[in-house]
Amino acid sequence: MTLLEATLLAPLLGGLLLAFIGHRPLGGWVNVAIGVVTFGASLAMALEVFANGPQLSSGRMFYIDAFNVYLVVLTAFVGLTTSIFSRPYMRHEVERGRVTNARLRLYHAMYQCFLFSMLLALSTNNLGVLWVAMEAATLTTVLLVSMYRTPESIEAAWKYFILCGVGIAQALFGTVLIYFAAENKLGGDRDDTLLWTVLHGAAGGNLDSAVISLAFVFLLVGYGTKVGLVPLHNWLPDAHSEGPTPMSAVLSGLLLNVALYALVRIKMLVDASLHTQLAGHLLMGFGLLSFTVAGLFLHHQHDVKRMFSYSSIEHMGLITFGFGIGGPLATFGALLHMTVHSLTKSAIFITVGHACQLAGTQRIDHIRGLIRTQPAIGWGLLLGTVSIAGFPPFGVFISEFLLLMATMKSWPWLTIPLLVGFGVAFAGLFRHMQKMVFGEPPPGQKPVDANMLPVVAHLLLVLLLGLAIPGFLSRWFEQATVLITGASPL
Amino acid sequence: MALSSLGLYSQAIILFAALALFTSFMMLAQGRMMPLIFTFAWQGLLLAVVSVLVAIVSKHPHLYVSAALTFTLKVVVIPWLLYRLSVRLGMHYDAEVIEHPTLLLLGGVALVIFSYYVAKSIVHLSGLATRNTIAVSIAIELLGMLLMSVRKSAVAQVIGFMSMESGIFFAAVVSTYGMPLIVELGVAFDILVASILFGVFFFHLRDSFGSLNVVRFNRLSEATEPAPLPQAAGVSTVKDPS
Repeated sequence: MTLLEATLLAPLLGGLLLAFIGHRPLGGWVNVAIGVVTFGASLAMALEVFANGPQLSSGRMFYIDAFNVYLVVLTAFVGLTTSIFSRPYMRHEVERGRVTNARLRLYHAMYQCFLFSMLLALSTNNLGVLWVAMEAATLTTVLLVSMYRTPESIEAAWKYFILCGVGIAQALFGTVLIYFAAENKLGGDRDDTLLWTVLHGAAGGNLDSAVISLAFVFLLVGYGTKVGLVPLHNWLPDAHSEGPTPMSAVLSGLLLNVALYALVRIKMLVDASLHTQLAGHLLMGFGLLSFTVAGLFLHHQHDVKRMFSYSSIEHMGLITFGFGIGGPLATFGALLHMTVHSLTKSAIFITVGHACQLAGTQRIDHIRGLIRTQPAIGWGLLLGTVSIAGFPPFGVFISEFLLLMATMKSWPWLTIPLLVGFGVAFAGLFRHMQKMVFGEPPPGQKPVDANMLPVVAHLLLVLLLGLAIPGFLSRWFEQATVLITGASPL
Repeated sequence: MALSSLGLYSQAIILFAALALFTSFMMLAQGRMMPLIFTFAWQGLLLAVVSVLVAIVSKHPHLYVSAALTFTLKVVVIPWLLYRLSVRLGMHYDAEVIEHPTLLLLGGVALVIFSYYVAKSIVHLSGLATRNTIAVSIAIELLGMLLMSVRKSAVAQVIGFMSMESGIFFAAVVSTYGMPLIVELGVAFDILVASILFGVFFFHLRDSFGSLNVVRFNRLSEATEPAPLPQAAGVSTVKDPS
């Protein structure tokens, strides 16, 4: 499976290369070029998987099936578009004097290493390596969160480091417990009992229920911290709002998805062994709590990036809730929502990044009149917010509608908190948005050099997904749904 | 199960595991910086010794690698790094006042009992002579977490974090004869990078806040308005030439 190796090696080697030349004007372009290679390789690999079914690499190190292949493509795509945005953005930050050349080099190198660790987490077949990659994703981003060296950013990075470190340590303990259960079942003299294919295949349905339940609780706390589930979400708004904006876009758009992916993989194992709804109910509970609490927090935010971080928590909560319900329809909706949320949220962060450079601040009450100063940014922000709030005809509407339908089928009374939550979140976003987009611009506000290409591409894709999901994509989601739930939604 | 019915090595394993648990309690009550770091190193040494003993008993040679990793990281590299940093930051004679030490230690005892309770449901699966130690490993992990949450010094928090990691590593050794080699190496690499990053952060924290006391880290919250950025509007009108 050489295409997978290319997908993984491109960001890794690129990161090493950028560690040396990342500060040159060329660095930004190299970053984009690596993104193109990664995306191209991942797309070719996806087509191969689409044609030939799941693939196991030689040595069984990597496993690609319908569930993770689309996340790999999504990660590579958003990584590419964000790198297109990041080139002029970081140039601008260097000119403003907020970033030195050494830090720019660090930024470019770590950007690619971060993408590598996420792609590794998605494609690995080994639950232990999955943990290592998740921790590596924290380590590569923690210095980027503190890149501006303001007290706020350093505090945010410290919080991120400590809270995610502690959280993810619980996940390591959970992984040890799963290994313990699997060795117990399959015999301790083999070395492959932590492989997903072995666990899900040979051991499926027979792992000891006491150990697996305990392991799931630890893994839920661990990876749930990275997903940003309330009450483990404290680090997320800080980390996502204090770093450079391209980082916020990939953190909110991609890393949360990867952590949730890990959680869903674990849930598949647990469900096969327990034959109860324990995992689903826990996910539903945490998901609904995150959805509700984050929606309320949207209302009293002063920082625009912080506000959209809370919106990310809200949407991750909704997706977790969807996976928790667990039927084919809910899972299909959750998979679709992962895609549209990550496309929309990264587009919003890119626009917000330009808006902050335009206004010179991240404070909501100082950002005014975007649409009059620079219509592209104003419209981008407005359409992005409309999309994320779940208006038709954007894709977010479709996935939220599917999730609502699934809830109505299996848990009718839970539709009420969901609907209220949608309303609360909508109000929370628009009470701030209106003034930022339409207000009176402060005197002397001038347009900035903005590259809206990634935003347009993302929002068009989301619009397309809302109008008509292409046949191959829906078959893809369907295959993933069958993989997760064992039944088809269509 | 009577202790005397166990082999000599198994008895030694239980003894050293108990000593490692004891060092966790010592760290919990130790307010001074240098003894805290040294106690952490002692804990690493005890856990490395247990790994070697388990390797001898169970004839799993790859546990020697785990033992070597534990020894290198937890006894040599991380304590040395923390020691050098505290000297360079001029805080090696610092002492932290521990509030309610009695309550804290009693809380630690409660966590140990809880660990035994949790381990009870899973130890029956383990045919190993070391199954008593699973509870100890959970206890070390939880005590590390307790240390992190009650201490206000960033250095003590890092030690709590690393102690948690030791407990988990230890759990892997005693419950499953270690994780697959690639995972252990990966985890060890992550911990090494993390400890270096922690060192970098100590300097950043001191430069920004003037101390490593986490109580001062309170600039980010929902209640207060964020401080304005140093750059005012208007600077951003510089055009991007590219």
